[in-house]
Amino acid sequence: MSEFFSQIDWDAMIVAIQETFIMTIISLVIAVILGFILGIILYITKDDGLYPQKIVHRILDFIVNLFRAIPFIILIFLLLEITLMTMGTMLGVKGALPALIVSSAPFYARMCMIALSEIDKGTIEASKAMGASNWQIIMKVLIPEAKPALVSSITVMGISLVGYTAMAGCIGAGGLGNLAYMYGYVRQNMPVMYTATFFVLVIVFMIQIIGDLIVKKIDKR
Amino acid sequence: MIELKHIQKVFHTAKGDIHACQDVNLTIQTGEIFGVIGYSGAGKSTLVRIINQLEKQTSGEVIIDGEDISLLNPKDLRKKRTKMGMIFQHFNLLWSRTVQKNIELPLEIAGVDKEIRKKKTRELIELVGLQGRENAYPSELSGGQKQRVGIARALANDPGILLCDEATSALDPDTTEQILDLLKDINRKLGITIVMITHQMEVVQKICHRVAVMSEGKVVEVGRVKDIFEHPQHTVTKRFVRDISSKIDDDKQNENLKTIYPDGILLRLTFDEDISRQPIVSRVMKETTLDISIVSGNLTNTIDSSFGVLIVNVLGGTKQDYDQIIQKFQDYHVIVEVI
Repeated sequence: MSEFFSQIDWDAMIVAIQETFIMTIISLVIAVILGFILGIILYITKDDGLYPQKIVHRILDFIVNLFRAIPFIILIFLLLEITLMTMGTMLGVKGALPALIVSSAPFYARMCMIALSEIDKGTIEASKAMGASNWQIIMKVLIPEAKPALVSSITVMGISLVGYTAMAGCIGAGGLGNLAYMYGYVRQNMPVMYTATFFVLVIVFMIQIIGDLIVKKIDKR
Repeated sequence: MIELKHIQKVFHTAKGDIHACQDVNLTIQTGEIFGVIGYSGAGKSTLVRIINQLEKQTSGEVIIDGEDISLLNPKDLRKKRTKMGMIFQHFNLLWSRTVQKNIELPLEIAGVDKEIRKKKTRELIELVGLQGRENAYPSELSGGQKQRVGIARALANDPGILLCDEATSALDPDTTEQILDLLKDINRKLGITIVMITHQMEVVQKICHRVAVMSEGKVVEVGRVKDIFEHPQHTVTKRFVRDISSKIDDDKQNENLKTIYPDGILLRLTFDEDISRQPIVSRVMKETTLDISIVSGNLTNTIDSSFGVLIVNVLGGTKQDYDQIIQKFQDYHVIVEVI
């Protein structure tokens, strides 16, 4: 057992955990904000939405579908130029963020749209009958009513983001994915591979458990 | 006063145009409970949504207290809507808000101060009888309680008009009664105009003063509920009235009665509003030696009158005795027919 653990560079492991964590959190927060705004615009500009705008809706819908369709690993390469320009580097945590955000914001936008579409149309009609403006309907009705679904979508996306960070890690972004690939796979250090996997799982379960707890607390249906 | 003038509403669908309202003309007086009855697809839900402009009419005028509200700009229209409450078949409450917060929503929308909101909500909760349930979520309430929240919410901004879209259709008969009693009470206490959309004749009978009957987008009959019940003109109206008055006017059933009661004579007695609350049958019985047995009957009580039909079998007399008893009923202004 001690032989197993002695093969692990714990300093590198802790740095890797931190990197995975930071990459996930930063890209999650930014993607959620962008995706949320995009999702609401998509929802209200629908034909039967609060503020129908056919052309705006079509364009956004196309962009969202496009970026969701591009496989993440390819997206990283496609965005290399932009990453260099905005981040100044294509390596490390900074280098991974653009690709992580660009791939997950449209994903969250789609999830938002689904969450909002599940709100009973009658509730929206009732608030219109009360004299609510579109802004009031969004703030007082749509967002609060969709909150549990919005939060559980964050959970789903957070978990898939951990997966993406690992993928990004293999091509130089750092984090547990990088560790598992460089030390675990390339140098055939199995203890590092298993331990890195273990910590990835810990992060995933943590996101899942926290997400489920919050949803349980706010869901009054 | 709500005046609907030449309302037309056409929905353009892939399967062709649907004429939901065709030249609808109605005047609803301030303070009255006005029913709009019709089978599903008759256009009544569209009509009620035209009153608060959730649907825009294709043509025609919607005049509320002298003002054509279809000409208002969006901002003024929203302001106007705060003065028109609406309740729904499926309540349409926000499940993420408590009873208290649901009732507060229209006040928040109207920009009312927090303190006044609290006070107003307390009064409304009391009015609809939901004391003690303030902090419950809709999912913890029964259908009747949910509709009470819906009513309280609709009344929050002291509206002059309450629109009810099939408000009792999702409720059981007992709860329907309670909700109707509450609405009647509110109409009396607050003097609010109520427009009731329904497909249930019992609802119209129980609380409406006047009623419009709709069929295929047209208003086919309008009048006082009593008149509609007593003298339905249109076939749709007759169907509604018959549904509620059992099958008493059915000729075939009358034939059956004659075979069931072959002795004596069968009389069909029609009581109208002026006499139906007097003990006429018992008086006539005291004045005669003949036997009278009631074989079928239906009395209907609306908000301001009662009327109905009784079929009685008179036994044990000669033709002269029977003529005499018919005369006696007629003296009390009962319309008598020999079956």
